[in-house]
Amino acid sequence: MARIGVFICHCGENISATVDVKQVAAAAARIPGVAHSVEYKYMCSDPGQQLVKDAIREKGLTGVVVAACSPRMHEPTFRRACAETGLNPFLCEMANIREHCSWVHEKGDATTEKAIDIVRTLVAKVKKNKALQPIQVPVTKVALVIGGGIAGIQASLDIANAGHRVILVEREPSIGGHMSQLSETFPTLDCSQCILTPRMVEVAQHPNITLYSYAELESLDGFIGNFKARIRRKARSLDETLCTGCGLCTQKCPTRKIPGEFDAGLGLRPAIYVPFPQAVPNKPVIDREHCTYYRTGKCRLCEKICPTQAIRFDQLDEIVEVEVGAVVVATGFDIKHGDFFPEYGYGKYPDVIDGLQFERLASASGPTLGEIRRPSDGKVPETVVFVACAGSRDPAKGIEYCSKICCMYTAKHAMLYRHKVHGGKPYVFYMDIRAGGKMYEEFVRRAMEEDGVQYVRGRISRVFERDGKLVVKGADTLLGARPMEIEADLVVLATAAVAQPGAEELAQKLHVSYDAHRFFSEAHPKLRPVETNTAGIFLAGACQAPKDIPESVAQASGAAAKVAALFSRSELVREPLIAVVDRQPPPVYSSCVGCFLCQSACPYQAIEKEEIRGRDGQLIKTVARVNPGLCQGCGTCVAFCRTKSIDIQGFSHEQVHAEVLALLNRGERDA
Amino acid sequence: MPDFQPKIVAFVCNWCTYAGADLTGTSRMKYSPQVSIIRFPCTGRIDFMLLLKAFASGADGIIVSGCHPNDCHYSSGNFHARRRWIIFRGLLDFLGIDVRRVQFSWVSAAEGAKWAQLVNETSERIRELGPFAGYQRLRGLGVG
Repeated sequence: MARIGVFICHCGENISATVDVKQVAAAAARIPGVAHSVEYKYMCSDPGQQLVKDAIREKGLTGVVVAACSPRMHEPTFRRACAETGLNPFLCEMANIREHCSWVHEKGDATTEKAIDIVRTLVAKVKKNKALQPIQVPVTKVALVIGGGIAGIQASLDIANAGHRVILVEREPSIGGHMSQLSETFPTLDCSQCILTPRMVEVAQHPNITLYSYAELESLDGFIGNFKARIRRKARSLDETLCTGCGLCTQKCPTRKIPGEFDAGLGLRPAIYVPFPQAVPNKPVIDREHCTYYRTGKCRLCEKICPTQAIRFDQLDEIVEVEVGAVVVATGFDIKHGDFFPEYGYGKYPDVIDGLQFERLASASGPTLGEIRRPSDGKVPETVVFVACAGSRDPAKGIEYCSKICCMYTAKHAMLYRHKVHGGKPYVFYMDIRAGGKMYEEFVRRAMEEDGVQYVRGRISRVFERDGKLVVKGADTLLGARPMEIEADLVVLATAAVAQPGAEELAQKLHVSYDAHRFFSEAHPKLRPVETNTAGIFLAGACQAPKDIPESVAQASGAAAKVAALFSRSELVREPLIAVVDRQPPPVYSSCVGCFLCQSACPYQAIEKEEIRGRDGQLIKTVARVNPGLCQGCGTCVAFCRTKSIDIQGFSHEQVHAEVLALLNRGERDA
Repeated sequence: MPDFQPKIVAFVCNWCTYAGADLTGTSRMKYSPQVSIIRFPCTGRIDFMLLLKAFASGADGIIVSGCHPNDCHYSSGNFHARRRWIIFRGLLDFLGIDVRRVQFSWVSAAEGAKWAQLVNETSERIRELGPFAGYQRLRGLGVG
């Protein structure tokens, strides 16, 4: 027999001013199963909580209803008080008679009656409550970081410095990402390599970090604290333990005219190469697509000259399996390439380049050693037109969003051009200037005022060639949309930042969601910006949305803090308000018929197939099972289940039915 | 029927509408006391048979409200609820329940005023529709 205690709070006068609390207490006492009913001025105060605790002990209560404020306010307070007496905290419910009653209705009988209704509803619920135990999930204190750009590097270092092991997986032969390609960084104009490469070296030397470069995630299974990752280490065609990085092979390789990825296609590299001199690890890879030996079966020059005999032409991809407790996804972004802008001649004229290519031209380690020379003939351009929002904020191109970094890097490009070519004439065509950020607006203003960059508000319609010049046709909308033509030597398009080409595939491997533009979705746009909807998987950097370096670093540190918090205990404790599938003794075993409709409805991939087997090992039936590590307790599966075999603890069928019936005071009208 | 006080049950999600209704309270906005709230983790949890159960138990009107589309705490529960509602509407008609007795809505945690307005409008409409007389017949159909 249930012995429920009802504790009605006056909340000073917040409740008692409009609700007759004495009447509520008297009415509650008459509800079947209620063994104790009192009212008190401040139930959440120490003496108030003591009142609850004493009653639980003295009256032997089996459940508690606190009629006071919203459960979002004090449910944890009273559940803790119950737990202190030894009563299971999940046998305590809050009846919200303040926010949902006393504060929103006028004083009167109707308000008091509603308060009684609410109390009766929660008494009916608590009678069906079950003692629940928190879920404990063991945690493997190893983090997997996917992507070795600045975000992945920062996250790896932060987690490693917190004392946890990190496995960093990078797709390219070297870590560094887009940041390593940049010349100088806004708004300080310090050199990108100078601030990045020490971090890269730190990653390589950190005792807690295992770096798998030239590797990709093959699959990820499991759940928070208990993931199993399979990593494909692509064949470098050399033994990394023997290679000393002397670089002799890259100097002697006879196949040398391959457009280099690192120089955004502007420079050439050999078939055996390290992407850039400061690469980490500083070990070459053989590009099997272009290597003469792989194409014709002859050459093997690198093998012959290698002082340590490290070349392995027969090397195969290797699959490494690791167990990790958390994953940080930091796969970054790409920029729009190719024939996306036929009207701008991008891909057609060699002197119409994108922002990343300009970075390489301006970089001291780039193909022109930092001199601004146009790709077609190596001439120093006298007039350069920079085009902001090339693709971004353009619904017609299918990219409605702002790429966020272009306003700043365009200002930087124009400034760098002026610093390097003193008589040069830079023009910037823009729609709006978005320079929100510390010292950002000042930076753009400096470009305009100190470096004399000509800003023209308007979009360009076409770029075409005329007498060896690129003619940029546009309009100045601040001068009455006056049409204008500029004869330029170089056109730089700030092409839209987009998701990585493999983003969709990776999201499916990780079971994380992504938006219409294939950027990964955070769990909550405001309050959970570094978490995904899959527990234990976090986001850092531009894989979530276009971001600049400081933002990427901040988010990476945020993700690392989340991982460190997760790893601070060897067991993860979670509230048990999750779904469970019916289990019964033989011969039924479970009312689940194994249709797995729940599996398709679950947003968290928390529903697994479980085979029930007899003692002889024979399969009896396959039923659903909820993984307690993954379930977030939304209950979508519960409403889907055709046989009512899946239920959610804390909001079970029994509980909500009892609430509906009690609220409507079923029986009153029947009489 | 001037002194008819309808009984309205609100099935709301914990993260948006329940919090929105809390905000109505903290903002001290007033609304009609004929509505009582039952809290669910998500509108996706709501088995719409429960709505019929409520009608069979004497509810005159029902509100179902959760997070706005794309704002669901669990990412997609409110979409499931919306789909169920679209199918359920037809069933209501079939059972002879006036579809106007069920109000499906989105109220976010920041929309305290919208909650008050929703409740007042729904109460007013149910008052005009009068008491739901079909509950015994529903029980005859085995719903209760």
